[in-house]
Amino acid sequence: MGRLNVTLYVNGQVQSHEVEGRTLLVHYLRQHCGLTGTHVGCDTTQCGCCTVLLDGRAVKACTVLAAQAQGCEVTTIEGIGSVERLHPLQEAFRRHHALQCGFCTPGMVMQGLDIVARGRGGDPDAVRHDLEGNLCRCTGYQNIVEAIVEFARDGAQPRGEPAPR
Amino acid sequence: MSSTMVDFDYARPSRLAEAVRLLAGEPGAKALAGGQSLIPVLKQRLARPTLLVDLQALPELRGIEVAPDVVRIGAFTRHAEVASDAAIAEALPALSAMARGIAHPQVRHMGTIGGSLAHHDPGADYPAAVLGLAATVVTDRRRIPADGFFLGLFETALEPGELVLCVEFPRHRRSGYCKMPHPASGLVNAGAWVTRLPDGVRVAVNGAAPCVFRHESAERCLAGRFEPAALAALRTPAEGLNADLHASAAYRARLVDVALQRATAMALQH
Repeated sequence: MGRLNVTLYVNGQVQSHEVEGRTLLVHYLRQHCGLTGTHVGCDTTQCGCCTVLLDGRAVKACTVLAAQAQGCEVTTIEGIGSVERLHPLQEAFRRHHALQCGFCTPGMVMQGLDIVARGRGGDPDAVRHDLEGNLCRCTGYQNIVEAIVEFARDGAQPRGEPAPR
Repeated sequence: MSSTMVDFDYARPSRLAEAVRLLAGEPGAKALAGGQSLIPVLKQRLARPTLLVDLQALPELRGIEVAPDVVRIGAFTRHAEVASDAAIAEALPALSAMARGIAHPQVRHMGTIGGSLAHHDPGADYPAAVLGLAATVVTDRRRIPADGFFLGLFETALEPGELVLCVEFPRHRRSGYCKMPHPASGLVNAGAWVTRLPDGVRVAVNGAAPCVFRHESAERCLAGRFEPAALAALRTPAEGLNADLHASAAYRARLVDVALQRATAMALQH
């Protein structure tokens, strides 16, 4: 079938790659951009390990075509911090021991940023509710919730619901 | 490429006429809305379109309008937009609550009302609201009343290439919705939508059967007395209900009875 050129703004940089129509956003990021921090856990829209921000809103990159994201801004875990300089939410995850094996962590952090951006990070019940689409098989939810709530209370700026695309 | 999908061409028309022409011009063409139902179907190879026509750039499918008698929601309106719209929350509080509870946040950021209706998964939420409120599905060809829209499992009255433009909901504030979702998938095992109309009651049941359906005996019970206790003696028959590893037909029938009472209690709060 016809290949197409997909141009995205990933972590502030222009990425442009020729891909198949069926190429998923998560494969575009991992295989074409070399950004393997976004994980594929289940490939069935359930686990949330592939969560990235698409124009500022959390989506599951295994259930979005790269072509659907054409022209959009994408933020992955690589775009928010580095090993030398963690993002404050990553610092909070470390402080609260909010990870064990770490496989779900990139998705948890990106979803946590989305929750806080929507102004729901201060309420532990709301955080739990909005983590419904992210699975942690090490059963670490309690500490994940605590990390997100602490980050929300320590000065993250909620910006309300993003405008529709 | 490790995709499990059969490959397809992709088009993103910016005009409705172009989208209609693309869909009519190729037998294997299929419309793509948010993709939250369609992409999983493609991964399972339950559908093998040769062309996906992405509807995201069509202005005709956008917008929310709250008029004196009707709430009009564009087909490409995402669940998160319905969930956060203050005018919908005021006009149709049960619809607003329903949208807030569809799947999980990531899906609500992508999934659309038009896509949900066209796909008609028995575990979807919106079909209950559309049938329970006697909404009208407006397409590029005609207006389809809810009672004639849902035909069966994954089957609607939409013809090949026909596009949903918007859904028009009559403004009946006194509605309630209760669902019993599967805890992992979020799909509805049994759900009920109840609306008190000026001249009667409409009840729609989703999740429990292959197709969303009107629950006429519940409508009769509630027409006499609109309160949960009026349903106390109702026993929904298990015949024809879905049975799978998540719930037997008899269990689903009992869940329907409970959902009906809770939906009625919710309607009384509005």
